[in-house]
Amino acid sequence: MNWWQRLLSRKRMEAELEKELRFHVEQHTSDLMAQGLGAEEARRQAILALGGLDQVKEKCRDARGTRWVAEFIQDLHYAGRRLRGNPVFAAVCILTLALGIGASTAILSAVHTVLFEALPYPEAGRVVMIWDSYNNGKRLDVTFGSYRELAERSRSFQAVAVMRSWQPTLLGEAEPERLDGQRVSASYFQVLGVAPALGRNFEPSDDLLNGPKVAILSDGLWRRRFGGDAAIVGKPITLNGDTYTVIGIMPRGFENVLAPAAEAWTTLQYDMSQDRAWGHHLRMAARLRPDVDRERARHELNMIAQTVMQEYPRPPWASLQQGLIVNSLQDDITDDVKPVLLAILGAAMLLLAIACVNVTNLLLARGAQRRGEFAIRAALGAGRLRLIRQLLTETLLLAALGGGLGLMLAHLGISAFVALSPPGLPRADVIGIDSSVFAFSAGLTTLIGLMVGVMPALTLSRSQLHIGLQQSSRRTTGHHLMRRSFVVAEVALAFVLLVSAGLMMRSLQRFFAIAPGFETSELITMQVQLSGHRFDKESATHQFYSEALAAVRHLPGVRAAAFTSQLPISGDDQVYGVQFESSPTQKAEEGRGVFRYAVSPGYFETMDIPLRHGRLLTNQDLADAPRVALISESLARRSFPNEDALGQRLHVGPNTGPWYTIVGIVGDVKQRSLAEDWAEAVYLPTTQWHFADRVLWLVARADSDAAALVPSIKKAIWSVDKDQPIVRIATMEDRLAASAASRRFALILFQAFGLVALVLAATGIYGLLSGSVTEQIREIGVRLALGATRANILMMVFRQGLALTGLGLAIGLSAAMATSRLIFSLLFGISRLDPIAYLGVSLLLVAVSVMACLLPAWRAARVDPAITLRAE
Amino acid sequence: MAEKSDLPQGTLDLLIMKVVALGPIHGYAIAQRLQQVSRDVVQVPQGSLYPALHRLENRGLLAADWQQTETGREAKFYRLTRKGRKQLDTEIANWLRLTDAIGYILKMSQGAAE
Repeated sequence: MNWWQRLLSRKRMEAELEKELRFHVEQHTSDLMAQGLGAEEARRQAILALGGLDQVKEKCRDARGTRWVAEFIQDLHYAGRRLRGNPVFAAVCILTLALGIGASTAILSAVHTVLFEALPYPEAGRVVMIWDSYNNGKRLDVTFGSYRELAERSRSFQAVAVMRSWQPTLLGEAEPERLDGQRVSASYFQVLGVAPALGRNFEPSDDLLNGPKVAILSDGLWRRRFGGDAAIVGKPITLNGDTYTVIGIMPRGFENVLAPAAEAWTTLQYDMSQDRAWGHHLRMAARLRPDVDRERARHELNMIAQTVMQEYPRPPWASLQQGLIVNSLQDDITDDVKPVLLAILGAAMLLLAIACVNVTNLLLARGAQRRGEFAIRAALGAGRLRLIRQLLTETLLLAALGGGLGLMLAHLGISAFVALSPPGLPRADVIGIDSSVFAFSAGLTTLIGLMVGVMPALTLSRSQLHIGLQQSSRRTTGHHLMRRSFVVAEVALAFVLLVSAGLMMRSLQRFFAIAPGFETSELITMQVQLSGHRFDKESATHQFYSEALAAVRHLPGVRAAAFTSQLPISGDDQVYGVQFESSPTQKAEEGRGVFRYAVSPGYFETMDIPLRHGRLLTNQDLADAPRVALISESLARRSFPNEDALGQRLHVGPNTGPWYTIVGIVGDVKQRSLAEDWAEAVYLPTTQWHFADRVLWLVARADSDAAALVPSIKKAIWSVDKDQPIVRIATMEDRLAASAASRRFALILFQAFGLVALVLAATGIYGLLSGSVTEQIREIGVRLALGATRANILMMVFRQGLALTGLGLAIGLSAAMATSRLIFSLLFGISRLDPIAYLGVSLLLVAVSVMACLLPAWRAARVDPAITLRAE
Repeated sequence: MAEKSDLPQGTLDLLIMKVVALGPIHGYAIAQRLQQVSRDVVQVPQGSLYPALHRLENRGLLAADWQQTETGREAKFYRLTRKGRKQLDTEIANWLRLTDAIGYILKMSQGAAE
């Protein structure tokens, strides 16, 4: 039989062995009897000659070579029995490990997918994002003119493309549906490296002004609206009232990381003759040539930016003089979330450390209690190695069960993570436990099992086994020191986690305490986008909006309403160049980029933006009237530091346009985020801008409940034209809350981890003190007998517990001060050594540890000296 | 609890294989034969015999099956496999070479003394 057969047919092997040896003994016995010995004597001598049946059997079993497997299975059985006999202990260990492993696996999977996993494009490392910049390194969308110049002059790229978002309304047999999509250069999919699965890709001829209207659809849209029918390629569909020919369908599973929700693509069809060729509203991506790296490309692009050529004239606001920013695509989309995710990963690892420490402590405590058992087993013949192996098997079993449960928790954790995550988390759809993370977590589990089991096992020395048999309740200093240091470590780690959570909580408070520059309560906002060729005439657009505004203003419950082209804290980022006629601080050629708002009269009153100087817009500021503008006070301060800005003139956008006269200065408003200070802005009447914005935000201040007004507002707008989509409806307060989504997400996770850490630390303290009291019961009895009061005993236990907590706090304090540097980028408005946070957490930990000490202290105080002294 | 043995393990294996080479034989008979033939000089502790037999069987040098003895009882009979026979020849050759060499060395010392 080979090894496997021997392994599997143990019963048979045993039976044969028994038979063989019995035969031998009987033969020998009969031979001895033949020599004249009595039956019993003969048998005795025969067995003696053999050397003892059981010993021989053992050696034969050894010879089989399958010994260790049988022993391992035996160990497992034993371990299982022990765990079943101590369900509470086992449950606590397994649960603790499961929490630690589950949390770290879930977070690791998520972070790995979002930050580190390669993007799903061929040679994704070669795809870069290119940005214009302003104000020392802030990213700015590029203009079409800049794109054309860079694409034609640069030699570093295989393909270059620009893109902007597009929300066409799809009409057809089913209900009209507003889609998310992109308008892109013809080379867009070449930059990504993914071609349509059906049909063809865009060609340069599709991207010419007044060229044919073509569209590529996503696989999801194709299946949803067109039944997955391949015949749709080449057929027309109606988007925004126009007929587009479907030329291709993207493959299933195509991930468009630059606009994950996009389902339809068409070409930009921009031309240099248009005004919009110089608007900063395009994003630019490119694929590097195989022999060029990012540094070289960045260098080349900046050289081009520095050298203006005659064939490529640039307006002042698109001078490219501030340089270009070139990021890898992966870095670009993850930059915002990287600090948050890494911080959360750190927290999860801390939690794992605490969990391991906790379990080790539990096992050490149990190990001390089992010393007698091990001594007996050693006396019965178990080798030291065998005992260590058995202990390790026990902890491996615990770790395996903990890891298994942890994996299930990780699945739940990932779903929770994705549900809670801030919208716009890149690659959120594909976060899941992948095989490498699973392997990591399995390896981690095994490592933990070995590490955590090795501690008690290492202390199994011959002499200690010997002592164990002498069963005494005296402690050994070695073990205790280790367990105490573990509890101190737990408290310190919990402190670090909780302080981080505290700092983030305070940051969030500070964040929301910032004045946005306008009144945020009871303000409902929604976006109205006009589609259809009816609105190609500007007068029709203006007419619609003024009628809609009038209808909304008439509603009961609406105190004020207005339209604006750009809404603060909405994600809008429309920056236009302005050129003042004569500003002392600005050279005539250099333009400034500022936020541009095209607003209806009543905007400032509706938003409650204070007027600092001059006047607000009125109904007299119409298309034919003299062109007027308002600017924000920071812009006024910057461009006219010592004089009055009122009456000054400026160009907004192309300097071939009209002059606007400044008639008012208003307060600063936070456009991008509460955290951003930059608030230079220009406000123009919607009717005086050189084209009519077809997408405007309605803002309406309600008397009482803003959200309740939504249906009536929609009805009012639709009463003017029922076909126009109204989207992105939210109250301003909800928008503000959403703007802190990322911070809040981190805070929630840190709070959750901190809470678990707190509970673990508390149980650690409780467990240690409890065991300590049990071991010291005799000593307590003696003290009580010698005259100590129960209060003294209480104090003694509390002192022990609080001393540990105090030490843990001290260590945690220095650790937290050091590590708060790491989450610095997540903090806002508070110092990383914020005393309130540190103090608060310290008090919390002290309070919790006092509670943890209560039960053991009370138990100690209740000791009856008569009983304990007798039971020795 | 290690047992003392007169013979190192390798030599025991060699002796067992030689005995088995003469024909299928069961464990007790091997023990008896070893004792008889060596005229009681070689003491094979019977406890070491069976582990050695099983080891040889696992290595494929011996093959075993259960057969009936003359007395009608069932016993496990061992025989030498072809692989075992080759191994036996090699081992015998090595052993003889070794003893020859030792013999030369011993004889040399006597000669030098004279």
